[in-house]
Amino acid sequence: MLLIHYSYKNILARKLTSLLTVFGIGLVVFVFCAVLMLSNGLGETLIATGEDGNAIVIRKASQTEVQSIIYRDVANAIKADAAIEKDADGVPIVTSEILVLINQNKRSNNKPSNVPVRGVTGMSINIRPAFKLVEGRMWQPGTSEIIAGSKVAESFQGCGLGETVRFGMRDWTVVGLFETGGSGFESELWGDIDQLMDAFGRPVFSSLTMRLANPEEFEVFRARLEGDPRYTVEVMREKEYYEEQSKFTTIFINAMGVTISIIFSLGAIVGAMITMYAAVANRTTEIGTMRALGFSRRTILFAFLTESLLIALIGGAIGVLTATFLRLVEVSTTNWNTFAELAFSFEISSEIVLYAFIFAIVMGIVGGFLPAVRAARFRIVTALRAK
Amino acid sequence: MSKSFVQLHNVNKSYWRDTLEIPVLHNINLDVPEGEFVALMGPSGSGKTTLLNLIAGIDRPSSGEVSVNGESVSRLSESALARWRSRNIGFVFQFYNLMPVLNAFENVELPLLLTKLNRRERRRQVETALSIVGLADRMKHYPNQLSGGQEQRVAIARAVVTDPRLILADEPTGDLDKQSAEEVMELLSRLNKEFNKTIIVVTHDPRAAEKAHIQRHLDKGELNHL
Ligand SMILES: Nc1ncnc2c1ncn2[C@@H]1O[C@H](COP(=O)(O)OP(=O)(O)O)[C@@H](O)[C@H]1O
Ligand SMILES: [Mg+2]
Repeated sequence: MLLIHYSYKNILARKLTSLLTVFGIGLVVFVFCAVLMLSNGLGETLIATGEDGNAIVIRKASQTEVQSIIYRDVANAIKADAAIEKDADGVPIVTSEILVLINQNKRSNNKPSNVPVRGVTGMSINIRPAFKLVEGRMWQPGTSEIIAGSKVAESFQGCGLGETVRFGMRDWTVVGLFETGGSGFESELWGDIDQLMDAFGRPVFSSLTMRLANPEEFEVFRARLEGDPRYTVEVMREKEYYEEQSKFTTIFINAMGVTISIIFSLGAIVGAMITMYAAVANRTTEIGTMRALGFSRRTILFAFLTESLLIALIGGAIGVLTATFLRLVEVSTTNWNTFAELAFSFEISSEIVLYAFIFAIVMGIVGGFLPAVRAARFRIVTALRAK
Repeated sequence: MSKSFVQLHNVNKSYWRDTLEIPVLHNINLDVPEGEFVALMGPSGSGKTTLLNLIAGIDRPSSGEVSVNGESVSRLSESALARWRSRNIGFVFQFYNLMPVLNAFENVELPLLLTKLNRRERRRQVETALSIVGLADRMKHYPNQLSGGQEQRVAIARAVVTDPRLILADEPTGDLDKQSAEEVMELLSRLNKEFNKTIIVVTHDPRAAEKAHIQRHLDKGELNHL
């Protein structure tokens, strides 16, 4: 620490090699951040789709709403459960919905991909406070009108405001666009459940979503429903349900990203090592002089370690800073559970920043350690004779 | 005769190249009283730098005893020796050995980083040292912005900034023009006279050596009076 100023000035003195090393480490940290931000963004989007205090009911072992079937009598029996919160008029806050996938061409490449279509009730909107109609209007009851999530409207043909999309042997007009605070619902088309059940010829629901009067009693509620032999249903917190859906993809992205980052980092570490070995070789006499003045081997070790650490920290800061700009980029992926398109964005978090800096510091230490040890091991007389 | 400040007793030094022993210093005995100004002369390769390094405690004798101000330098551990050096020795090199990335002020401040002095005290001491060598107006200059003579004077300021009692200079004028060499020797002479520093200076230049009180000659590893 004694020589931190000396280390810092040396970095400034050899601008080009410092810059290249900073760039190498910055690049690795950027990739590392980008990947973590990607899986974080995906996770956030799916988790945000769930509401605290909401529970979702699907058929046992169906994993997703798309594969789930809930019969009307079962739905009616569950809707009468006392644990469900009631609104001011005494109506239980619960909605039965269907979720069907349709195939639609993307605007970007004209290739078909899955779009989820959700049949909803009036209560569906109450139960999701983040819902906001941002353009157009709601559908008229009894018509072939639907509304589209802002992301699906943007990326799929026929899903924009005023456009028509064909499924269930009908043409549907998009009369409104909605947002739900960036959650997964924005990648869906919503329509009146009666119209959609009719069009798809599907007399059963996919799921029930309800708000619990007392969220703490969730476990009791779950045990009661799952234990009832008439139902054969699975009950999850809405948040957990959506989190579960992102698990596979986030694990996949993380594993792949971390592997790539580690491979890249080897390059950056070797780069830092070459830079630092060169610095030690160039400054042999300086090191000898320092030692002659009374600086200890340890201080010399720390001086060179500090130097590579500073380079790594600057690289790390640049990597993180550049990566934050990725928040402006929107990406979409297939939700591997429903095989529907899901749009989301890169999302930074304080944890990611922390990991990125730890990663940079590790690169700096690993790259700088051996050269620093060499610097510390010089014999003074030998170092002073080097010219 | 006054008590010796620097004392070498039966000092031998050999270097080893693989299994080959290269003897450099034979049975050196030297006594330098405090406040003396000694010039050490001798042909190149005769072991002058080696002798200075032994006194400074940056190298160890193969046998014999080196002591400075009663401290047996050859017996201190490496880290104790480093600490001892920072307090007791000012070293001046032939090629100045300034840190090129640090300016004159920072170069002179370097040895003070090993002390407990705070920033303000360090500043005052650096300014004093630089004004003694006549470079108070060049504090912000980098080594490559200074002449050789000025660089060596900065190096002398660095050597005296901790106020050590012993100053060792290894051919301090060897790389300088006549005029600068004259100034540097004059400066060392002043440090000796005004500040009572004990000075041992290695030099080839007989004119420079004239400034010293005592001249010793090293030849083929043996020390002689001139
Ligand atoms: N580290 C070393 N290893 C081997 N030989 C050395 C080493 N240092 C000095 N020498 C040899 O010791 C002799 C004296 O060197 P030195 O003290 O530098 O002489 P001077 O300063 O009088 O020119 C030379 O022959 C030199 O080659
Ligand atoms: Mg020499």
